[in-house]
Amino acid sequence: MPSSEDWINNPLGVVDGIFAQSKLSPEWERKVLEYFKEKLKLNDAKSWVPSLNDVPLHYLKPNSLVKFRCMVQDMFDPEFFMGAYETVDPSTNSKELRCGKYKDVTDCGQVDFNSRNIVTSERQTFYCVPIPGESQWVKESYACSSQARVVPSTSYTPHRHKRSYEEDDDMDMPHQKESSSGPQNLPDPRRNVDSKRLETEAPCQNASSSHCSSNLDLNFPLPGERGPACLVKVYEEWDSFRLNDMLEVFGVLSVDPALSFIADDKEVSSLLDPTDTMETAEEQRAHSPPASLVPRLHVLYAQPLQHNNPLLPSAISEDKAFLSGFLSELNSVRGELLTYLTHVLLGDALAAEYLILHLISSVYARRDVLPLGKFTLNISGCPHNSSYTEQLCQIIQHLMPSSYRLCMSLHNMNNLPMVPRKDYTANRLVGGILQLASNTSLFLDETQLEQGQLDATGVRNITALGNLISWQKVDYDFSYHQMEFPCNINVLIASEGRSLLPCDSQVHLRPTVSPPNVEEYLKAIQLAQLPSHLNKYRVYLTVARLLDYSISEQVTKAVEEDFVEMRKDNPQSISAEDLHRMLVVARLLSLSYGQTTLSRDGWIKAKQLEMVRTSRTQQQECVNGNEP
Amino acid sequence: HGAQESSTGELQPLPTSPGTDLQSLAPQDTSLFSMDASSPLIYDTPSRGTPARQRPDLGSVRKAPQVDLCSEPVSGKAAGVINLTECNLKLHFAITEALNRAFVCLQRFLQQFIDPTSREGENVSLDLNEPLYMQKLDEISVVGEPVLNVNCGHVQAFDADLYRQLICYPQEVIPTFDMAVNELFFDRFPDSILEHQIQVRPYSALKTRNMRSLNPEDIDQLITISGMVIRTSQLIPEMQEAFFRCQVCAFSTQVEVDRGRIAEPAVCRNCNTTHSMALVHNRSVFSDKQMIKLQESPEDMPAGQTPHTTVVYAHNDLVDKVQPGDRVNITGIYRAAPMRVNPRQSQVKSVYRTHFDAIHFRKTDERRLHGLDEENEQRLFTEERVATLRELAAKPDVYERLSSALAPSIYEHEDIKKGILLQLFGGTRKDFSQTGRGNFRAEINILLCGDPGTSKSQLLQYVFNLVPRGQYTSGKGSSAVGLTAYVTKDPETRQLVLQTGALVLSDNGICCIDEFDKMSDNTRSVLHEVMEQQTLSIAKAGIICQLNARTSILAAANPLPHTLLSRFDLIFLMLDPQDEAYDRRLAHHLVALYYQSEEQVEEEYLDMAVLKDYIAYARTCVSPRLSEEASQALIEAYVDMRKIGSGRGMVSAYPRQLESLIRLAEAHAKVRFSDKVETIDVEEAKRLHREALKQSATDPRTGFVDISILTTGMSATARKRKEEVAQALKKLIQLKGKTPALKYQQLFDDLRAQSEAAITKDMFDEALRALADEDYLTVTGKTVRLL
Repeated sequence: MPSSEDWINNPLGVVDGIFAQSKLSPEWERKVLEYFKEKLKLNDAKSWVPSLNDVPLHYLKPNSLVKFRCMVQDMFDPEFFMGAYETVDPSTNSKELRCGKYKDVTDCGQVDFNSRNIVTSERQTFYCVPIPGESQWVKESYACSSQARVVPSTSYTPHRHKRSYEEDDDMDMPHQKESSSGPQNLPDPRRNVDSKRLETEAPCQNASSSHCSSNLDLNFPLPGERGPACLVKVYEEWDSFRLNDMLEVFGVLSVDPALSFIADDKEVSSLLDPTDTMETAEEQRAHSPPASLVPRLHVLYAQPLQHNNPLLPSAISEDKAFLSGFLSELNSVRGELLTYLTHVLLGDALAAEYLILHLISSVYARRDVLPLGKFTLNISGCPHNSSYTEQLCQIIQHLMPSSYRLCMSLHNMNNLPMVPRKDYTANRLVGGILQLASNTSLFLDETQLEQGQLDATGVRNITALGNLISWQKVDYDFSYHQMEFPCNINVLIASEGRSLLPCDSQVHLRPTVSPPNVEEYLKAIQLAQLPSHLNKYRVYLTVARLLDYSISEQVTKAVEEDFVEMRKDNPQSISAEDLHRMLVVARLLSLSYGQTTLSRDGWIKAKQLEMVRTSRTQQQECVNGNEP
Repeated sequence: HGAQESSTGELQPLPTSPGTDLQSLAPQDTSLFSMDASSPLIYDTPSRGTPARQRPDLGSVRKAPQVDLCSEPVSGKAAGVINLTECNLKLHFAITEALNRAFVCLQRFLQQFIDPTSREGENVSLDLNEPLYMQKLDEISVVGEPVLNVNCGHVQAFDADLYRQLICYPQEVIPTFDMAVNELFFDRFPDSILEHQIQVRPYSALKTRNMRSLNPEDIDQLITISGMVIRTSQLIPEMQEAFFRCQVCAFSTQVEVDRGRIAEPAVCRNCNTTHSMALVHNRSVFSDKQMIKLQESPEDMPAGQTPHTTVVYAHNDLVDKVQPGDRVNITGIYRAAPMRVNPRQSQVKSVYRTHFDAIHFRKTDERRLHGLDEENEQRLFTEERVATLRELAAKPDVYERLSSALAPSIYEHEDIKKGILLQLFGGTRKDFSQTGRGNFRAEINILLCGDPGTSKSQLLQYVFNLVPRGQYTSGKGSSAVGLTAYVTKDPETRQLVLQTGALVLSDNGICCIDEFDKMSDNTRSVLHEVMEQQTLSIAKAGIICQLNARTSILAAANPLPHTLLSRFDLIFLMLDPQDEAYDRRLAHHLVALYYQSEEQVEEEYLDMAVLKDYIAYARTCVSPRLSEEASQALIEAYVDMRKIGSGRGMVSAYPRQLESLIRLAEAHAKVRFSDKVETIDVEEAKRLHREALKQSATDPRTGFVDISILTTGMSATARKRKEEVAQALKKLIQLKGKTPALKYQQLFDDLRAQSEAAITKDMFDEALRALADEDYLTVTGKTVRLL
């Protein structure tokens, strides 16, 4: 690592330098962006930048370059700010032109508001949270790969304060100079992670309790989440960002305590600025939370993430070498994964096969309202009284980069906020469980559902889940109207009988082994997996999902023939809907073998797989008799 | 920005944020220095005693420092201020001159502007060939409301340069406008007594903006934006003039509040005691102020983003003019003020606080009560867009094109798509309320019946996404209350609030109801009023009202619900036709869905946005009327329909069917953008109606179309059959002799054994019910007792 990394430690210096050189020509903004883009392009330069995700905020230097892996949770109103302004030095009366971009507060000196040189510019603020439901292994793996040296700087910074946000309960106090900045040890990134242990607790035990020790609600979509939230200020092309986008942003960290909304000061400032009193306290709290808790990040470079799997290069489709390397061993990995999942599913190979298909499914296109590629799976016949579903979910969490288990207990259904809703008092979008990033695994545990009455919220929640599964969209509640947000969430339903929710495919679990203690059996299986194997599975599941796919003219014809043929014998045997499903199964099956086109063979295999599954379902219905 | 400035002629040297209180410059008053700089809002007008009223909407909360010509320069900035003063003097004269010219121009505008093409509702009583605003002044003298609303479009039509000045420098030009109006008014009506001087409120600045497109260049300009009110604050009394009284000698003085600050007099001018002046609250002058939060309308939003909000301040009589939930167009001045972090620090946040000072509100939904807001909706389309739409309309196959563009992912069902297309366009709204017959429904209702899995839901979902005011609900989950309206108690105010349900929300739109058959009868009965009268009556918790629910209903149901509503114009049966050719085409369509790229699909089909615009344009701008030939054709069609059934003693058409035909024909004419319903429209309406009937009302036993299936849910032959079964059962029981009680299952088996035709359990139950109705027997559990 070169020693003079000014662009990381003092990005604003670089910006000011370019600004001063430009002599007011508008070119400078582009130059700044290009400068940082070039810097970040260099070999693993990105890993030198400390990440807000795994370094506690108080270890980070204010106004340095940091990165943040996050999801856009809310979009605030655009802001007008002084892009350039002039300051007057009272003692010498000399004026100086300064750059206001990438900063929250003006530099020292009296600002001359009458100056002709003031440039008003516009930027947009996004409220970003860590990717909801991100698995522990993802966080750890990212943290380990970081090569940033988080050196508590010897240069003294007056605004820094060293308590982490969890312990910070007196943040309303204006931070005085901390004179006790003695020598500190080099923090090991791994230890940092431990120190703030970002864990997702099972919500059914602890659904409503807030984990924030402070009274400030950081508005995480999932209950029990922790991590830094951040106000990300975007200067370019903010129209290209969407709500719930996964992003990796590189920007200037700003934690100036002057930004914090301080209730006590309100009275004083209101005399000066009557407009201040018009905002409610809730709104101020939501929009200008203490910077020590919700830092500001002024974006220099932002990159939408295709996936959040640390084991893969972030731009996977461009990295041909990695891809072809993995494709060669893909089939063997698939075999091993299938065996593993078969064990997990108590020896049911068919269910394991379908589980793989489900895990690599993804909405790849939409035809008017129809989402294509989704594959919601219902595993019925799950043991009810054991902790089987819980363990199953844990196993999936160990495989998928992000996931969440929702216990569909009556209490949860009637009480949990699922659909995000606009809170007009605080003027923000209050997150709900269904506000998830793309390709998050949502595990619905229907075995927890008992008899009883759903109230209005419960009915709304069930409807929302139904819409999510059928149309892959969530209608956010804006009180006066609803707004539809498309999503891409893999929904897996574990139930005893058939699920009450609509789903694309149902597999009834048929155990071939019956271990006396399911819990220990599953634990043993998990322990038997080497970490290197697990990593292979993880890479496999992400790669298979991101592969391109096509159907040739020839196979198209064959599929059509096949459909006509099947209908000829028995029109009831296959409907248009069945064909839809078969085409999805064929797609996923081909992709799971790393084949990017559908072959005749692939089609036949898919057909057979479907046949086995439907015959099993029919048999199950015969056994139960009363199921429709 | 530069271009804007250079095009403003004389006003060019003015910076975007003129830091001076130019209201204080009266054009007639050339002695600039005689003005009292601390009271900016006094103009010299021939108002003869009528007090001027402050306009906080023009000058509130200005942060930019004032160039104070009279008082001592503020320390620390001395050098700068002196320079500024010199430069600003020149500026002042230039501006004064420009405003003088504008003043003359505005008076000419008021005296001369004639708008013969006016379509605005509020101008109904005025003579269109006389100067419009002079008539409005007459009105003011009669009514006494000292407010003159001026359409900016009129100003633009009159003098483009004047309009530009009004838009770019509202803070200077509007007071000039005020003066011009007041001079004219008091010249004309010297004896008029008004509460205060007339205030001009410009509206519909042509620069109507979507909130999203506001940018820093719009600051301090007059802008009209549209949106939805989401929150209003309490009334905020804002002090305009502070009243001080000396506690020693009781000498009193008034101090104007200047930008939120009161210069408290330190010394009593009368007795020279220091710090003796105390503020007397109840003798100070306050004005009303209210903060309103405006949110982008959902229609203006790009997908995947959250709506933006803007703060609007309403002043004086504009306070409490709007309620949360209202859709409004607000004309006002866009403001930006820097925020100070802490009053004791020189550091400022580099962010500006922005808001609108409202000058004029216009509710967009209020006008909907009188019909569609044509003027507003028409403006949504640019001329090029209209030209493209018209070009499309001129194509001979536009009907087919549009119907195939509808839900392309759903295979075939062309007639159903055509029916839905006509539903989207709707008929012509007719008002016969003057002759006492009320409104005739223009909305077309459609019911889709069909086997599960025939993409009914998908079709509904598509329509719901296509129309701006669509609602989607499922019969299973919805109660009558959820469809209509309910009363809730606001947790904060403890006030009862009427919450409208899906039907009211989809007024002027389409309400899609899935699983119609699963709906309870109670709920379904609510629909009767809506589907025929297009209104909804509510009597709940002491609130009695009638709401408009001019909604088309698109319902989907699994095969044949018990009572089909004759209020549906078209009922389609979506079945799975089972033949090889169809299967092949279906398979091809489905497979194509999975391998075609997005671009290919777009090429093949019309863009959804075009379709949306096309429908919106036709709905607002085309209202076809029946031509002579078309009326004849309709009459013939109706007579023919009646004839079909009469031979067999069945009624095959009711006047309702005629009305349906008219609506469908009108909708088809709208598709062609034609103002006249012609024979071809009637032909298509007839064909579609017949197709729908053929699918849904064909008696499966006789093969004839039987309209009574639609009215009673049962065909005439089925009714006859039901009676036959009942009689057979009665005979069977009588044959059994005197047994007071019979086993249910036993009886069923006996009847089945004896009957030639297959008897289902349903038929048996129905027969039992019929006999029970005759008081012949009762059924209790598994036993049947004779009476």
